[in-house]
Amino acid sequence: MLTITTFIVVSVIKIVIALVVLLTAVAYSTWLERKVVGHIQNRWGPKRVGPFGLLQPLADGAKFIFKEDLTPPYVYKPLYLAAPILSLVLALTSISLVPIGNWVTVDGVRTPLEITDVNIGLLIMLGITSLSVYGVALAGWSSNSKYSLLGSLRASAQMVSYEIALGLSLVGVLIMSGSLNLREIVDMQSGHVWAWIPRWNIFRWPTQIVAFFVYLAAAFAETNRVPFDLPEAETELVAGYHTEYSSMKFAMFFMAEYANMITVASIATLLFLGGWHGPLFGPWWLQDLLPVFWFALKVFGFIFLYIWIRGTLPRFRYDQLMAFGWKVLFPIAVANVLVTSLIVALQK
Amino acid sequence: MFQLVLFFVFGTIAVAAAVNLLAQRHPINSALSLIVVMACLATLFLLIGAEFLAAIQVIVYAGAIMVLFVFVIMLLNAGEEERTPGSRVARLLGFPAVVLLAGLVAWTLLARNPHPVPVELTGRFVGSPSAIAQLLFRDFLLPFEVTSVLILIAIMGAVVLASPAGTATGPGSPAEPPAKREV
Repeated sequence: MLTITTFIVVSVIKIVIALVVLLTAVAYSTWLERKVVGHIQNRWGPKRVGPFGLLQPLADGAKFIFKEDLTPPYVYKPLYLAAPILSLVLALTSISLVPIGNWVTVDGVRTPLEITDVNIGLLIMLGITSLSVYGVALAGWSSNSKYSLLGSLRASAQMVSYEIALGLSLVGVLIMSGSLNLREIVDMQSGHVWAWIPRWNIFRWPTQIVAFFVYLAAAFAETNRVPFDLPEAETELVAGYHTEYSSMKFAMFFMAEYANMITVASIATLLFLGGWHGPLFGPWWLQDLLPVFWFALKVFGFIFLYIWIRGTLPRFRYDQLMAFGWKVLFPIAVANVLVTSLIVALQK
Repeated sequence: MFQLVLFFVFGTIAVAAAVNLLAQRHPINSALSLIVVMACLATLFLLIGAEFLAAIQVIVYAGAIMVLFVFVIMLLNAGEEERTPGSRVARLLGFPAVVLLAGLVAWTLLARNPHPVPVELTGRFVGSPSAIAQLLFRDFLLPFEVTSVLILIAIMGAVVLASPAGTATGPGSPAEPPAKREV
């Protein structure tokens, strides 16, 4: 039984660890992106600061802090200041619901490896994600600049449209697991089919592979990444919704984007790729650490895919983007929900 | 006890944001106040133990409907609201009407339930997703489906209104947006 003091102490420790790990991951995703895209384009990427350019994120951070913080004169100040904070806060909040491993016992205190275990974790996560569009929308509107406004209009329309396909692509998994709790959904995916294929949701039925790709496409659009990066299309809109932002305010948007990528990768890992399940071996401490390692590896794979696609695909045209979302992804997602429910109903 | 404190905190914020929604002159500030109201309502749902309802409140209202409001305000670049003789009349009639309506609601609630018992604030509400699904898809299936048809009709109406001038009937300019004053 947890006393209230232990609960608070344990929670604070977990929050600090999660925050430090997440922010480090965000910083090094930018390094990874520059490095990988560099190699895809046949150049080196960052390599001067530290070995392999590993200290580049730190140098970037220092640069952001010391840059002049410029506020253009015609902005609507309250919202102009609130927008980056809103973006970053929402992006960092959703990670608190992500379970990264089994329960652990440290010094007699048994605790799950996540900040909080909510029985409708996935819904709350989707709720927080759906709010993140405000950061972008308000940034563009309050900047009082046509590039920003166009960027944020595109972003709002795109995020609202793809959110539907995103949500529907997850319904199949929810029907199969019969739960909204992320931990339970992951626990359903332990074990193997036919002795060697892991029993991850993506492998269980062919429909789930389709659902995974719908999720993948919708997730790219939700996080405004290539090939769906029209909100910040450099060639047309300077930088889109954050054109008028400089210094740390810009860095906040930047960090929010990468934190959102990590969240989206975590959801994909938890729902489709079996969460922290993977082969376990070795002494007990290794058995405790391996689940976290598998989880991190899967998230890393997803982020690598993000960067890989950024290095290879061109940007959609705006009408293609909307047509793809509504006429392709949405019907496929609905069909997946119908077929999956049919299979589940027939199995009962 | 702790729940009661939270209830009053979020209830006060919700009412203050609702008043702010009316007091603000700029539509985007009003829309943002409405989002705060929605978020506070979601918190109140959480306090009575209706977690699913709270999540849905945030996803549907704050995350979808209000995004469209903000989107429309941004798209039309709506400016500050103007004072007209009509708005003065509305203010003169509106405040007494609000007091009257609030009094009526309070009176009805008290008349139906003369000895209100303090409600247990947490955990008593049966609001799990499966319980709500039982209600929606078994007990109230017909009203639920009829409502969805109603929404479909509204969508079709919107499509007709927004369709290009060639197919739309009536001489009115199709570019004129419908007035959305009531919130």
